[in-house]
Amino acid sequence: MIRLLALLFLWIPAAHAQLSIEITGAGAQRIPIAIVPFAGENTLPPGISSIVRADLERSGLFRGLELPPLTPEPTEATSINYAEWRARLADALLVGSVQQRPDGRFEVRFRLHDVVKQQPLGGIAYTLNKDQARATAHRVSDFVYEKLTGEKGVFSTRIAYVVKRGNRYELQIADYDGANGETALASFESIISPIWSPDGKRLAYVSFENKKPVVYIHSLSDGRRHVVANFKGSNSAPAWAPDGNRLAVVLSREGGSQLFMINADGSGVRRLASSTAIDTEPRFSPDGQSIYFTSDRGGTPQIYRMSAGGGEPQRVTFEGSYNVSPRISPDGKTLAYITRNDAKFQVALLDLSSRQVQILTDSDRDESPSFSPNGRMILLATVIGERGVLSAVSADGRVKQRLSTAGGDVREPAWGPFIE
Amino acid sequence: MRAMFCVLSAASLLLASCATEEQKPAAQAPVEAKPAPQPVQTPAVKPVETPKKAAASPFAALKDPNNILSKRSIYFEFDKFDVKAEYRPLVEAHAKFLRENPSAKMLIQGNADERGSREYNVGLGQRRSDAVKKMLTLLGAREDQIEAVSLGEEKPACSEHSEECWAKNRRDDMLYSGEY
Repeated sequence: MIRLLALLFLWIPAAHAQLSIEITGAGAQRIPIAIVPFAGENTLPPGISSIVRADLERSGLFRGLELPPLTPEPTEATSINYAEWRARLADALLVGSVQQRPDGRFEVRFRLHDVVKQQPLGGIAYTLNKDQARATAHRVSDFVYEKLTGEKGVFSTRIAYVVKRGNRYELQIADYDGANGETALASFESIISPIWSPDGKRLAYVSFENKKPVVYIHSLSDGRRHVVANFKGSNSAPAWAPDGNRLAVVLSREGGSQLFMINADGSGVRRLASSTAIDTEPRFSPDGQSIYFTSDRGGTPQIYRMSAGGGEPQRVTFEGSYNVSPRISPDGKTLAYITRNDAKFQVALLDLSSRQVQILTDSDRDESPSFSPNGRMILLATVIGERGVLSAVSADGRVKQRLSTAGGDVREPAWGPFIE
Repeated sequence: MRAMFCVLSAASLLLASCATEEQKPAAQAPVEAKPAPQPVQTPAVKPVETPKKAAASPFAALKDPNNILSKRSIYFEFDKFDVKAEYRPLVEAHAKFLRENPSAKMLIQGNADERGSREYNVGLGQRRSDAVKKMLTLLGAREDQIEAVSLGEEKPACSEHSEECWAKNRRDDMLYSGEY
């Protein structure tokens, strides 16, 4: 009986854990693509073509065309009549098939065609187990996206976030679209600031389970975690260096909130900067040469940049009296952060060379922006109707999506790296 | 409150009247005239008190609602970190306690209201707990008796989104070992 209750307790949150995604804005120029149902895909639920279509439409860069019934359905092996597809107003065409092999595994094959140029753009054959249908569909989406836009797709990446349900906090890991959510850590105290290791295998975060903030590293595949920083005082705001061996952290062990470097095993702590202000939220530039951070040394919280080796910080943000949570884009050219306008907290994007600032969101309690690894989207936490939700906005501000979960507050998103 | 008491007593005891203040005292016995009693020589009495529990353990004072030491919270103004004058007697009392009880250890948890970045709010809470720790050590508590930490905006005492609520969340809580 006790075991049954325990199972129910674990099961109920899991059933609510799924994030659902809603598209609230799209790009102006969307590529019209015909995605033909893959022949035989009903033997491999939930199929391939519908997931690919949802992925591509969610990016805001594609429009999946409605197709008439086609007999016979074209596949990757079919010779394509481009004029016929041009007449259906398709710029691109995706065809494929699913076959079960004698050993019980499946083979998914596809081919992408450029209808305008009237030529095939390539295809792949994957061999997979039955439970890998979604993952395989995301790989197909990545291929299509990269061929047609020239940049890498993020459909196979994962995200981390924290769900608060009552007084229970769960650090969850899900596919980029919120599917397959799994709880990596459950706690009755808050968990904040999750950040992925560069190899995507570990998360660093701050847990308050010891009645004070302590920095942990958590290995996702085996669930093992260890304390990185638990010095006297507060330990928070971890940021991986690009080498994956060291982190910048904020410690108060010498008074105040100050920047330190520490090895991932918790050894070798050394001070990075010294001020009488709050210095926090460090982030490395992709080349590892600079650290962006929040500091109120000038009287209000603003974003500064310093050399990773130390030295005098330079102020980066000047407009407004509250600019926090710096996140540098993967190409190092733009900086996303949270800015306060009147009483609204919104995501701003600063072009580091032109110094132009653009406000990307129209929500008013935004927190914790996080770039997708291709730099196109920014995931963030906001509040809608008194409930914490995740939303995503494209770096040009045009595409908007919302991810929410039933019966919980979602916050502290972190978009993981590309997984090879 | 009175009305509720009234209903309860009426219902349970079926008393005719449930007025409390208006109730007249029971009729007193009539006073008889008597000669005034003469003073009697009595031996001096030395008062003896049983030992109070508080004397057995000084830590009991921390939980005694009549003792200032039972008060543990210090509230701050928006964007401010100085300990207001009204809290000085409280901080002095805890400093004295820490001085007189060298084995006592204290955890100060600083808190911030929910607005803005969670990590910057950890910084704001830290500044508040550091401020009280500094005051305690200036008043004679040992540095190693006190740990100042921050819970940022993660442990609000009040969860509504109003200035009244935020004021309750800009707070330091002082906890002694065994209490956290």
